[in-house]
Amino acid sequence: MHHLGNFSLMAIVVLASYAVVASLLGVRRESSRLVKSGERALLTCSALSTVACFALVTLLLKSDFRFEYVASYSNRDLPFFYKISALWAGNNGSLLFWSWLIFVFTAITILTNQKKNRELMPYVVATLGMITLFFTYLNYWLCNPFVELAVVTAAGGAQSWAPVDGRGLNPLLQHPLMAIHPPILYIGYVGFVIPFAFCVAALASGRLGAEWITSTRRWTLVAWFFLGTGLILGGRWAYVELGWGGYWAWDPVENAALLPWLTGTAYLHSVIIQERKGMLKIWNVTLVVITYLLCVFGTFLTRSGVVASVHAFAESEFAQIFLVFILVAAVLCAGLILYRLPELKSKNELDSIVSRESSFLFNNLLFLIASFAVLWGTMYPVLSEWLYDEKATVGPAYFNKVNIPIGLALLALTGIGPLLAWRKSSFESLRRNFTWPCLVGVATFLGLLALGMRQPAPLMTFALSTFVTTTIVLEFHKGARARQTHRGGSYRSALVDLTLVNTRRYGGYIVHFGMVLIFIGIAGLAFDTDMKADLATGESIQIKSYDVKLVALNEGRTPNYEWLSAELELRKNGKLVGTYEPQKHFYFASQQPTSEVRRHATFVEDVYLIFASVTDDNKATVQVYVKPLVRWVWIGGIVLFLGTVVTLVPDKRELKLARKAESQKKVATQVKKKYEVA
Amino acid sequence: MITKKLKFVVGTAVILCAVLALAITGMQESKAYYRTVPELKAMGQRVEGRRVRVAGNVVVGSIEHHGEGVVTFVIDYEGETLPVKYIGRGPLPDTLVDRAQAVAEGTMTSTGTFEATLVQAKCASKYEAAYAEGSTVAE
Repeated sequence: MHHLGNFSLMAIVVLASYAVVASLLGVRRESSRLVKSGERALLTCSALSTVACFALVTLLLKSDFRFEYVASYSNRDLPFFYKISALWAGNNGSLLFWSWLIFVFTAITILTNQKKNRELMPYVVATLGMITLFFTYLNYWLCNPFVELAVVTAAGGAQSWAPVDGRGLNPLLQHPLMAIHPPILYIGYVGFVIPFAFCVAALASGRLGAEWITSTRRWTLVAWFFLGTGLILGGRWAYVELGWGGYWAWDPVENAALLPWLTGTAYLHSVIIQERKGMLKIWNVTLVVITYLLCVFGTFLTRSGVVASVHAFAESEFAQIFLVFILVAAVLCAGLILYRLPELKSKNELDSIVSRESSFLFNNLLFLIASFAVLWGTMYPVLSEWLYDEKATVGPAYFNKVNIPIGLALLALTGIGPLLAWRKSSFESLRRNFTWPCLVGVATFLGLLALGMRQPAPLMTFALSTFVTTTIVLEFHKGARARQTHRGGSYRSALVDLTLVNTRRYGGYIVHFGMVLIFIGIAGLAFDTDMKADLATGESIQIKSYDVKLVALNEGRTPNYEWLSAELELRKNGKLVGTYEPQKHFYFASQQPTSEVRRHATFVEDVYLIFASVTDDNKATVQVYVKPLVRWVWIGGIVLFLGTVVTLVPDKRELKLARKAESQKKVATQVKKKYEVA
Repeated sequence: MITKKLKFVVGTAVILCAVLALAITGMQESKAYYRTVPELKAMGQRVEGRRVRVAGNVVVGSIEHHGEGVVTFVIDYEGETLPVKYIGRGPLPDTLVDRAQAVAEGTMTSTGTFEATLVQAKCASKYEAAYAEGSTVAE
């Protein structure tokens, strides 16, 4: 099996190199046969990459501990599902999986562009070929997952050797969310490679029109969506599994995934201006390049151990190679952009500061500042060493201080932007569009103030949330009303039609609403309360309106681990809510304990119960958090998902255009046939 | 024309300045310097009250739970040891076990105990240091 894996990796290196050369040569010589052969070579690579993944999964399923990777991340008693997920549990395997994802996307791109984008495709193939070549090279020579274990014999030679059992998958990763979170995040990370390849192709070929943007719109959305979902699932996993009572810690690896999401979001907005007005071309290509490079940088940060993080993989020697790759790519892209600069300059200018365009500009500015601030904070340990020769780190206080106001400003823009007219908004239209939302927002603010809320950040968040929600509701309502008067029918069908006719716009509103919900959930953090106590059986603690009583300390064992639990009775205002048993597991294979928290979750607040430890006099140290509004973060995530799906649905206008093109083509071929017959 | 551009420039400048001011205060509040255990000891009184981040391996058997979530342990860095007292709000990470690589952030007290409000730990030896050269594993 491992020979098959190694052979596949080697063959990929050869074929991907060929694909790069053939595509570029094909353009030079205007030979479509060479270009096609390059595409086929890369398609073959995709198949080979699948074979390599298959080989590693087979070794994992067979528990073949002769192999270092299998022995390090699996053990005999590991459930089937987690044996498969061990494919992405370690550095070497996850790199293999990572490359496989690029190949899958590459294959889809090549297969769907057999007739379209023919001028761009050779460059797309060459770019993708170079990228996959790099990752496969790393995977074969530096982080090969098919390496066998060996012992040194008395004679000094090496002899293959297999331990009786593997070390097992990190118990923290033995959770359904953790099994799917990395692949989802990877799809996001990797997905941006396609827009990037098209962007490079556009720059290289000089076809700088809307072609590459429309061809990659869905890719960008999908990648952006998976990155966001990966972030939310990661947060959810941290919340339910890591057991420290939160979902976001500004950990370097979390930040690494947030960075391309921020720039990607900026791009999704600014690209609209290019489509509508032909402006910001330079800006957009730059954003795509930055987003992709941040994706690679994120991979690098996760794997290199440059910034110590709880969930980074170990330090590995390829840090430098990775940095070189990023630098070379950055320099090449910058060169291409500079080379095409004269053609990228736009003739249009901004008309007014109170316009849709300028709201997009400020949106972009804020997203970019946020990314820069996050990058700065994340890399501060490295930067401070360079700059001041003294290694220092910055904590959550820094990230929160910078990002909360930026987040609030962006939330405000979410409401304002879509209501501003293109070019210039008249005072009259401002008054018409903003009276109600502003009133609702101000009313929320004053109402909460009267109720005694004093913290500025949550106050602003809630006020802006109702403001934005009102704008969104009004947009749907006005649109549906107008449609109903024009075409008749029920209000509900008008609402559905409206969305289907312009899926991008109304899907976008739904996405915005999802973000509003996430903001509300995050604002709940300001009202967290927590308590720690040592409880003997029968004792209880009070926190807010809750009462937590220790009923018993229990213990037991499974084949995989031994457990201890604190049986807790939760009462609200004296009424029994339920019995919860937060546990401590002690895994045999890895010799590591984990905490299993228990939650009582409602739409208003979560009660989060942690069994921290047992004291010497046999008391349970129990920690209780009451966390308001957390659930809205997850609900916001689901709304985000639905909204993105709506934006991905081709809208009626698009379908009409497609049908028109189709029928024109038919007519053309019929005419051609007629001529041929004649 | 000029006034329009000026408006954008002024708007951008205001945003940038505001963020910069926030960033600087945020950094001052949360900045913590990396120090090794010997460095920390050598600095003596000067380091008291300053936020520091210190790393080392947890000494076997040194972790003690004192109730109410207060935990003490000793970290070792190249033979020099430092007693750490965790007084943070959140629960300690499960990965804080004997021999784990721990990073503690907090301040040094005059008694020579390091009071940590944040502890991160990695059982790196278990998961990441792969099966080293076969000879060591073979026993």
